[in-house]
Amino acid sequence: MNVAVTHFNYLAAVVLMMIGLYVLFSTGNLIKRMIGLALFQTSTALFYISLGKVSGGTAAIRIYADSPEARALAAQLDPAYVQQFGVGGVVYSNPLPHVLILTAIVVGVATLSVGLSIAVRIREAYGTVEAGEIEAVARVDAAGAGRGP
Amino acid sequence: MILFEALYVAPPALTAQAPILVIAGPLIGACAAALSPGGRTAWMVSVLTAAFALWMAVAVAGEVAREGVIDYALGGFAPPMGIALRIDALGATMALLVASIGVMGALYSGHALESEVKAEKRTLFQSGYLLCLAGFLGLVFTGDAFNAFVFLEVSSIGTYALVAVGEARDRRALPAAFSYLIFGTVGATLYVLGVGFLYAATGTLNMVDMAMRLATLGDNSAVQAGLAFVVAGLGVKAAMFPLHGWLPGAYAGAPSLVSMFLAATATKAAIYLIIRFVFDVFPEGEFGEVFLSWILAPLAAAAVIICSVQAIFENEVRRILAFSSVAQVGFILLGVSLATPAGLSAGMFYLVAHALMKGALFMAVGAFAVSVRARTVEDFSGIAREAPWSAAAFGVGAASLAGVPLTMGFLAKWSLVSAALQAGEIWIVAVLAIGSLLTLIYVGRMLEVMFFRAPVRGAERAREAPVGVLAPLFVLAGLSLWFGVDATLPASMANASASALVGAAP
Amino acid sequence: MSSGELLILLTLALPLFSAAVSYAVGRMPDVRETLTLVACIGLCIITIAMFMRVGAGDAPELVIAQPMSGLEIAFRLEPLGALFAVMASVLWAVNSLFSIGYMRGAREANQTRFYVCFALAMFGVMGVAMAANLFTLFIFYEALTLATYPLVTHKGDAAARRAGRIYLATLVGASVVLFLPGIIGVASVAGSTTFTPGGLLPGTTSVVIENVLLLLLVFGAAKAALIPLHGWLPAAMVAPAPVSALLHAVAVVKAGVFTILKISAYIFGPELITALPAATWILWLAAATIVIASLVALTKDDLKARLAWSTVGQLAYITSAAMLPFASGLVAGGLHMVMHAVAKITLFICAGAIYVATGAAKVSEMGGAGRRMPILLTFFFIASLSVIGLPPMGGMWSKFLLVDASFGSGEWLTAAAMIVSSLLSVAYLLPVAFNALFAPAGVKGPEFTRPGGVPGAALTAAGVTAIGCLALFVAAEFIADYLEPLGAFTLMEAAP
Repeated sequence: MNVAVTHFNYLAAVVLMMIGLYVLFSTGNLIKRMIGLALFQTSTALFYISLGKVSGGTAAIRIYADSPEARALAAQLDPAYVQQFGVGGVVYSNPLPHVLILTAIVVGVATLSVGLSIAVRIREAYGTVEAGEIEAVARVDAAGAGRGP
Repeated sequence: MILFEALYVAPPALTAQAPILVIAGPLIGACAAALSPGGRTAWMVSVLTAAFALWMAVAVAGEVAREGVIDYALGGFAPPMGIALRIDALGATMALLVASIGVMGALYSGHALESEVKAEKRTLFQSGYLLCLAGFLGLVFTGDAFNAFVFLEVSSIGTYALVAVGEARDRRALPAAFSYLIFGTVGATLYVLGVGFLYAATGTLNMVDMAMRLATLGDNSAVQAGLAFVVAGLGVKAAMFPLHGWLPGAYAGAPSLVSMFLAATATKAAIYLIIRFVFDVFPEGEFGEVFLSWILAPLAAAAVIICSVQAIFENEVRRILAFSSVAQVGFILLGVSLATPAGLSAGMFYLVAHALMKGALFMAVGAFAVSVRARTVEDFSGIAREAPWSAAAFGVGAASLAGVPLTMGFLAKWSLVSAALQAGEIWIVAVLAIGSLLTLIYVGRMLEVMFFRAPVRGAERAREAPVGVLAPLFVLAGLSLWFGVDATLPASMANASASALVGAAP
Repeated sequence: MSSGELLILLTLALPLFSAAVSYAVGRMPDVRETLTLVACIGLCIITIAMFMRVGAGDAPELVIAQPMSGLEIAFRLEPLGALFAVMASVLWAVNSLFSIGYMRGAREANQTRFYVCFALAMFGVMGVAMAANLFTLFIFYEALTLATYPLVTHKGDAAARRAGRIYLATLVGASVVLFLPGIIGVASVAGSTTFTPGGLLPGTTSVVIENVLLLLLVFGAAKAALIPLHGWLPAAMVAPAPVSALLHAVAVVKAGVFTILKISAYIFGPELITALPAATWILWLAAATIVIASLVALTKDDLKARLAWSTVGQLAYITSAAMLPFASGLVAGGLHMVMHAVAKITLFICAGAIYVATGAAKVSEMGGAGRRMPILLTFFFIASLSVIGLPPMGGMWSKFLLVDASFGSGEWLTAAAMIVSSLLSVAYLLPVAFNALFAPAGVKGPEFTRPGGVPGAALTAAGVTAIGCLALFVAAEFIADYLEPLGAFTLMEAAP
């Protein structure tokens, strides 16, 4: 139970991932599939952000010790924590995973846009975005003549 | 690699920056191609860029032959903080392969696109092609696990689009591209997830650094989960059985140039990354061994047998070649799974051999496609009489695929079997023998129809493809033959690659 | 380039050249066939010259290429190979004569392809004969398979295609699954595949592996048609008679047993063969093959099928010889290779000539055929005697030596099988000639379906080989002496 509370963000990532995968493989609608895929990718983003988050840490923008900002931050923190680390030290989250996932999000958006544009072309070529109907047409295509007389 | 030692192809100042130029060149070329006014200009940009990348890759290979390993810190930030390119013999070999195929593909695209890609799409097509090239080259040079993901996706997004362009010939390319996109993205996301686990455990993304820290970590379930995710993700991209579902449709639907380029480089680059992780990053010990001998080897064997059988029962030539590719990936991975210097060397040799022969086969299919719409095996009846040169090149590629003596494919199979015998893995020898036999069946069927049947009465007549298409085709087919008689160059590169991974080569 | 290298190159180049020329002048049958004959005769002269040099103790060598370390494409002549090359080239010349008569007589289509493939097949045979190592032998062995495939499927109908599939599937299948792993196995235990007098393998590996390698290599050489890998040979009889005559009595099948003889002599060495239990198993299987094939031959009414089954049995004689512990077995095997080739090609030429002249292909239709074709059937009779092993025919000596070697090494089963099969061959061959030549007065015999009856070229060819059967009776000792070096190494080593 304790783990579930302290690591709820990781649990959320796992749940999101499963939902994404389920949508991806359960629906025949290409648009819904793209939604599932986006969820799946987002769960990874959440995972990475959780990795980099240091509890009580702030964004990695430099704050000088004993400045008003630092004191304001300390006021929000758990007093026990402040006692341990002192008010002077500002705790930052690890910025690297956040930067990485920024890249991954960009990649994800690009993939999504390519995927959606292919879906648009499929709709133009087949008149539908349902996988089952596309397959039926494709089967007719496959049986069609190649270099016949 | 020794052959490259005395090779100084570029001035020192350029050679020093060559690792990044190999990647940046095609990226810039991709932009230039997209902005160029017409298909013809884009094509020239494509050829020049690919040639430039090859030039730089040769320069890098020379440096690697002299220095062993090149570490190139991007922007001057030293690793492990900055992103690093790290090139050893394996990376240099892969880059040479990818860049050479890239040049051949670019040359080939001049005429081959005309029958398969709509005129207004050709500039963007070249742009996508160069984007893929940049992605693959980056993938084999990078020393950073996350950077590898970026390059993987740069190339993948390019390939999704390139496959979809095949709709001009066969609209089934569209659903195939869509399914490729879904599979590929899931694979890439799994890879990212795995890298996240590894980062959480080690605090670094640099592969060398990661390997060092993993060695001290000991048995750690987060690390093992991470590695499992990484390999599964890459397995999708490499079409490792049973994660190959996307491949047959994509190869069959894509324009011939794209099928050829993907078969020769895309899966190979992913295999490269798997090898990199398994041998360089995996911590020494039971986990890696169990993975190689209980997961990789059986799956590769299953790929060899099952996909060869599927190829036998397939009726469309492109799909036969596609299933064959999955089976051949199995051959390569069987060699890798031996984890001996001889096995890795044989695997690398096979990888190069397969790139050349499958490249030639898909190019030849494209050469036929210039004049006729031939899909099923029967459509190719008697095509050897109508287009003898293309058919001859197809024959050479097919002979190499089947492992006929005096082709590179034969030597590749020979070294695989020798390596398996040396390692005492008799069952692998048996799988290789059965796989070769199955390969012979589907190759023999295609050749019999092409060379010994009469053309179907009343069918469209095929014409010989123009020289611009034939020339690169002949280069690839010729290399398959030449390396079958004198394999010094690829064998020494494969040996150097293997020794870069696991120490002394045979 | 030394003269020896030149000879080897010429031997390889001439058939290739002949193939190219036949293709180029395909529109002019007369020119094509004249040039084929010229090439045949040229090849005969060259191989005989090589044969003499090898007889004088010379061993010409030529290395063409080395694709990888331990893998060489190289040629080296030794007595067995020189003998095989001469035999094949002389019989090619005779057979070309027959081909011209047969193909024109039977009005076959695609004659140019026929001559091209034939020349390519000879290229394969010459390569097999001169190979200096197993790898080179394998290349040409496979080239031979591929070059003969279009010949087997020459008719192009469903039956021919089916036969072609069986042909390729058995031969290539066995090569890939058994022969090639065997060769790679030899290469990985011995470091090379070079044919070495006295044997390459002794002292390099364990007994188990040696046994496995022997089984792989012997069964892999499926051209030797050892049961259960014999199915392709009767199937290949759909081919035109000249193909059956040269390829399936001489070139292809003999390439198979030649390979086995070479493996026995130069890879394992007679001494190692003695020690291997696998050799004994192969001997038993060969004995079974000898008897079974002869029994099946008895039941076949189609003359070519009967001859094909007879070939299966006779090939097993040679395979047995290769597995016999004594070097005398190798000599007897080599001798039988020649004797059987000359006799069997005569029988096939006669069968083909009868078919062209009368359309009769079945034994039951040939009663009284001797009335119209007395000379041809006399040739058939002479060759039958040689296959059976009766004097004064060459076949007698090789059978004698074979049975002698079997007894000498205590292989009673093999000796018994050979004797039984000789009796059976009397039963399946002699009635054909007797019924044709000495038919009762009431039997009229088949009519000529073609003006002029038996083509002159075919009759001449059959005559040459039939006289060859007689001549070999005298020449047997010369050939046996020529092959003596094969066993020399064992005799020397066995002395202390």
